[in-house]
Amino acid sequence: MAKYNAAGMTRRQQYEAQQRRRSLLIAGTSTVLAVLAVVILVPMTPGWEKVQRSFFNGGVLADTFPKLVEAFFINVMIFAWCAPLIAILGLLIALARDAKSPALFPLRIFGATFTDVFRGVPVILTVYLIGFGIPGLGLPRPWNSPYIWGSLALILTYAAYVAEIFRSGIDSVHDSQRAAARSLGLTERQVMRDVVLPQAVRNVVPAQMNMLIALQKDVSLLSFIGPVEIFRQAGVFKSLTANFTPYVGAAIIFLIVTIPATRYADHLMAKQRQARS
Amino acid sequence: MAKLELRGVVKRFGEVTVCNGVDLDVEEGQMVCLIGASGGGKSTLLRCINLLEPIEDGAIYLDGEDISVPGLDSQGVRARIGMVFQSFNLFPHMTALENAMLAPRRVHGLARAELEPRVAGLFERFGLADRMQNYPDQLSGGQQQRVAIVRALAMQPEVMLFDEITSALDPQLVGEVLDVLLALKREGMTMVLATHEMGFARQAADKVCFLKDGRIIEQGTAAEVFETPQQEETKAFLARALK
Repeated sequence: MAKYNAAGMTRRQQYEAQQRRRSLLIAGTSTVLAVLAVVILVPMTPGWEKVQRSFFNGGVLADTFPKLVEAFFINVMIFAWCAPLIAILGLLIALARDAKSPALFPLRIFGATFTDVFRGVPVILTVYLIGFGIPGLGLPRPWNSPYIWGSLALILTYAAYVAEIFRSGIDSVHDSQRAAARSLGLTERQVMRDVVLPQAVRNVVPAQMNMLIALQKDVSLLSFIGPVEIFRQAGVFKSLTANFTPYVGAAIIFLIVTIPATRYADHLMAKQRQARS
Repeated sequence: MAKLELRGVVKRFGEVTVCNGVDLDVEEGQMVCLIGASGGGKSTLLRCINLLEPIEDGAIYLDGEDISVPGLDSQGVRARIGMVFQSFNLFPHMTALENAMLAPRRVHGLARAELEPRVAGLFERFGLADRMQNYPDQLSGGQQQRVAIVRALAMQPEVMLFDEITSALDPQLVGEVLDVLLALKREGMTMVLATHEMGFARQAADKVCFLKDGRIIEQGTAAEVFETPQQEETKAFLARALK
């Protein structure tokens, strides 16, 4: 029978409570020390006052922040139409690369070339080449819009990565699942559609979440070919105010969106690990 | 003419010959048990019958029709032969009922509505009526394996293949799965089992085949093989297996 002490805890619980207090104390102390070091040491640097004025200017931040948020909606808009198209194209490319029928061999070649090219070229280069190149053909409005061709550049690049993630998901479905489905008389197509793909897609949801977060940030690259989204807007404000604080404001707005999304993706991954063990 | 006939079936994986000229007749309504040590070729033979593995040589006949012709429509054959696996292999993203209805819907083109009463009846018959809406990971191993059997039966197969279906189960769950096999036997299902359950094979099999190194070394009624084995290898295996 367990012996209880005055606090109503067993020996084990008492020990664990003591350990918890100890780790809390250590973590608290080291955090305070680290923060103090930054707060005391950074302002002692010779350039601190200048940096503070040009990067962390409260007045400039307050003036520009609402406009930056407004500009951020352009990012959200571009993101919103790119993401679903990336998912669809990525899945098609993944399936094309795994196509077995000899008639579809050109598709396989196309899929492989596609992923090689768009994963191999820096996103900004693709944005430049497509964003300036295609409107250069002299297309009539609205077909010369940088929104269209910039988005296409993002869609192509991200579809290449997303396709590879889908393929790893397809590979992660155990062969015994295919065997069971085939043994029931399903065709290869049906096996893929009804048995393999649903599991594959589920397996890669956390990884795809990370791609979405990266996409949200890379939408800013379109600023180089025209659209006045948040990064470009911050640049405009920088010129107007001769101050870098608008960039910090833009960074804050990105973090407000990406930190919860990153945490959520981590949470999904942890849940998946748990389900597998 | 037997329901299922194997003639000189040879299966190789690269250099390794897993089935080395297997001859076997399975009569309609017969339960045939394949016994032997692991690696003897039992599982591979079942996979060959279901055309999951192409054979190198020999032939397999279902109702006298050669189903091992290269290039034959294997889906049509597999739809007539059910198979149950050691590791259940249920589809984890579907409920038990959806697992069982998928193939009849896709292969036979049946609608859910016309299919559901019949499939639900199968679940009921094997004591799974209250488990139909559960996902596989909510079921015990014995229940999962019974769902896998129901899934195969939902295709109304003419022959059922069972690949060591109790090997992955806790000992106390083996009985409920073997009971299902006995029920199927009473209904006249033609069955081929690869099994390590010697007691079950001895009691229920119409024919027992001992496989070693990809060959059937000895075959006969359960009584013949278990009581009066003729081959030294069979005797040695049984001495170890029945110890």
